[in-house]
Amino acid sequence: MPVSESLPPHKAQKRTPPALWVALRHGDALWDALLWLSAALTTVLVFWIGWKLWVDSALSRAATGWDFVSPWAPPSWNPVLDKFHAWPAIYGSLVTSLIALLVATPFSIAVAIFLAELAPSRIRQILNYMVEMLAAVPSVVYGLWGIYVFLPLVVVPLGKFLGATLGQVPGLDVFFGGTIPDSGLSRLGASLILVLMITPTIAAVTRDVFQAIPQSQREASLALGATQWETTWRVLIPYGLSGILGAVILGLGRAIGETMAVTMVIGNTTGGGWSILRPGYTMASIIANEFAEAVSGMHTAALVEIGVVLFVITFLLNLFSRYLVWRVNRKVIVR
Amino acid sequence: MNAETNIFAGLDMARLDKRRRRINRIMLSLTAVATLFAVIPLFWITIYVIIKGGSYLNLDLFIHLPQAMGTEGGGVLHAIEGSAVMVLFASIFAIPPALLAAFYLLHHPNTPLANFLRFSTDLLSGIPSIVVGLFGYAVIVIVQKHYSALAGSVVLAIIMLPVILRSAEEMLKLVPQELREGALALGSPEWKSALTVVLPAAAEGVVTGIMLGIARAAGETAPLIFTALGNDNYEIFQYIRQTIQYRQGVGEAFKLILEQPTDALPLTLWKYAQQPYPERVQQAWAVALVLMLFVLSLNIAARLWLAKRRRQRYG
Repeated sequence: MPVSESLPPHKAQKRTPPALWVALRHGDALWDALLWLSAALTTVLVFWIGWKLWVDSALSRAATGWDFVSPWAPPSWNPVLDKFHAWPAIYGSLVTSLIALLVATPFSIAVAIFLAELAPSRIRQILNYMVEMLAAVPSVVYGLWGIYVFLPLVVVPLGKFLGATLGQVPGLDVFFGGTIPDSGLSRLGASLILVLMITPTIAAVTRDVFQAIPQSQREASLALGATQWETTWRVLIPYGLSGILGAVILGLGRAIGETMAVTMVIGNTTGGGWSILRPGYTMASIIANEFAEAVSGMHTAALVEIGVVLFVITFLLNLFSRYLVWRVNRKVIVR
Repeated sequence: MNAETNIFAGLDMARLDKRRRRINRIMLSLTAVATLFAVIPLFWITIYVIIKGGSYLNLDLFIHLPQAMGTEGGGVLHAIEGSAVMVLFASIFAIPPALLAAFYLLHHPNTPLANFLRFSTDLLSGIPSIVVGLFGYAVIVIVQKHYSALAGSVVLAIIMLPVILRSAEEMLKLVPQELREGALALGSPEWKSALTVVLPAAAEGVVTGIMLGIARAAGETAPLIFTALGNDNYEIFQYIRQTIQYRQGVGEAFKLILEQPTDALPLTLWKYAQQPYPERVQQAWAVALVLMLFVLSLNIAARLWLAKRRRQRYG
């Protein structure tokens, strides 16, 4: 090395790094290993969670088998006899989420249309913020507000009305029978709180879907003489349909996994029959409410198994919704 | 064109047109009304919490531990400190792997592991937080045989991880490739260019993502119920004084802070909301106000910051 020969010896020494350092490509070998390790660990995490829950629920799975999730098995949740069937909680989750979805979907699509197609840009920006804020309010705050404001002011009158009208119709009285408790703690209350909580989620994703649709689609439709509504209804919605479906399913995943607000307003009981006007449980709320005080190993394992069911359902829903949204995005890029 | 082939024969075009316009107007106004209805809850909740919580807010809340049930006064210092400790340690656990994984995605955007990582991060962010709590219970509480702030922090870290990772990836991608190449051309190793050139260039965006992650973790209750559990006497300054007084090491102080059941603001709010004592419910409203102000202001700041940065970048 001619350059280092002309330098004083101590500086020349400084220029040659230790052999090990060179072998590690000046630390880059370590850096690459670190990056790979972080990426791999993060990737594995979600599967580790699923696997751990599966293992920990072995006791309950062995004792109950498929009857655990079966609607036809006797719906007993009995910590004294150690007999656990999760159907009441599963039913609670399904019915509250589906009602929430039925109400929230048309609503959210309307909001998304307004945000993406109509609102002037200044108003749109403010509204976008508000929708994001709604999604950021902690769910315990929704729950607190739900117990003391929403239930007495909205849910109880609505529940009384539904009980007096639909509850009298033969066939429907299974779902709308019974009277709503004076506190309003009921599956109906949980459904309506969920409507408020998932509307921002669905609206925000649907808005993004609308914004990803190429401008040429709108222009072509308007040029043919269609009104703006006809353009939205006959061109944009069919075009973005699978993305909108993805948004709705994402909302369903949120609704099924939502814990605190629901736990605070659903009343937490394994009874309640089929009626939405009665208190009940959801999968998430039964875990939140009983896990810390679970009395036996079987009780704990049963609650963990509910966690497994919850994990599998949300896992599949997420998978499906990502796939749908991804399909729309790809369509947009390809054209 | 004779009358037989005219497909518009018999249709009053003017009337049809009028009808279509009317439908257009009605439906479009309906979407505006729906939007109005969708934002009402935000105002309703915010204003209600501000009024109700504001009327019960006082200094005692921030400087005192809770009194015995059913007595007036006392505060939620234990929960404020618990939240701070758990969110702090959750950030310490979550930020380094999230950033490193984001750098992995930046350097190897299309490897199988990268695609798999994006996919599983999406799944992770969709897993209900209560399920993450069960995992934390199984992995830490069972092993240590006691509830702890440590378990709470780990669970919150898992919840923060996807938020930080996804936003960090986006932000790192925005840094011009030339910066990294310039550093490499000057003879810097990859890690040095990443940490001293690329990361500082993306710092604002990355910090924004961290803020969103913290906001998310600070509002979580469900996973803490059976990892942190709750502890009315949690007071870190007292633990620090105590270790100094008995001349114990720093390790002992950390052990006191991290290794025992801990409360958090949302957890306290949940418990107080369901108690029959009116003063507890009043404190719950005050806690709701504090929590909401914290989470929303963090969110607003992060998003405003981000919007400003995007404007700068794309003109």
